[in-house]
Amino acid sequence: MDEIDKQIIKLTQDGISLVHAPFAEIAAKLGLSEEDVINRLIIMYKEGVIRRFGASIGHRAIGITANAMCTWNVPDDRVEEVGAIMSGFPEVTHCYERPRYPDWPYNLFTMVHSYTKEDCINVAKQVSKATNITDYRLLFSEREFKKTGVRL
Amino acid sequence: MIQLDETDKLILNTIQLDFPLELHPFEKLAEQLNIPEIEVLQRLERLTEEGALRRIGPIINTKETGGTSTLVAVKASLERIDEVADCINSYPEVSHNYLRPAEYNIWFTVSAANEERLEQILEEIKFRTGCSLISLPTRRLFKIGVKFNIR
Repeated sequence: MDEIDKQIIKLTQDGISLVHAPFAEIAAKLGLSEEDVINRLIIMYKEGVIRRFGASIGHRAIGITANAMCTWNVPDDRVEEVGAIMSGFPEVTHCYERPRYPDWPYNLFTMVHSYTKEDCINVAKQVSKATNITDYRLLFSEREFKKTGVRL
Repeated sequence: MIQLDETDKLILNTIQLDFPLELHPFEKLAEQLNIPEIEVLQRLERLTEEGALRRIGPIINTKETGGTSTLVAVKASLERIDEVADCINSYPEVSHNYLRPAEYNIWFTVSAANEERLEQILEEIKFRTGCSLISLPTRRLFKIGVKFNIR
């Protein structure tokens, strides 16, 4: 990733313009061709610098207002298998393994987004049934103090 | 809450994952979805104004850009929630911060340029708030914010 790549990220991370040729203004600002900008974005995507290029949804605005962090106490030797099963649920938007602590022994973390709190509870029940992991905690967000994208 | 019609849903479900990186991406999208380009653009403008669409752009992988990140859980007493949340929010490196009632009740994510800076932020927050906290960095990633199934 060089300085030009960083500039391209900075000029696109707040969203490209909704116009026929959205990369033209970015190219003009950097003195590149539109093809150069697009090719660099594709390379950054292939190399994993960009995880995904696409729309970020205002999920609350469209009614997907419930979100739960569901934390699971999964035996260490089952993490790979259970993580794969959990990731298969469309309502599970994130799934990570994290370290355990004496007062927080849950090592798999999933985010569940859905339309209602009840939906989230049901998804957790289905996940529990599918994985046979019964020691879990469902934490609903009661307030959002801050939410921004990760920025360069 | 915004009412979406079937065409809005089709567009939003498509561009979360398959946004074409081309000279004229909305034209390409219009062809794929069999909707005129001008209508795609008008709908996206409206969806942006209404808050259904935040932006179309890159989602960055901080690991690959040399940064480091973690999830932090904080134990704050209820009467100090706002003060502690404000202190955490004051760091631009903090991207998400939520109240989630449990033994640990403030949960935030932080991305920093390097480990030293991350450590410094956590030490400062501990010192400034007097709260105990645990850092839960990702050990293995199975899935990340792929898409919302809009129905």
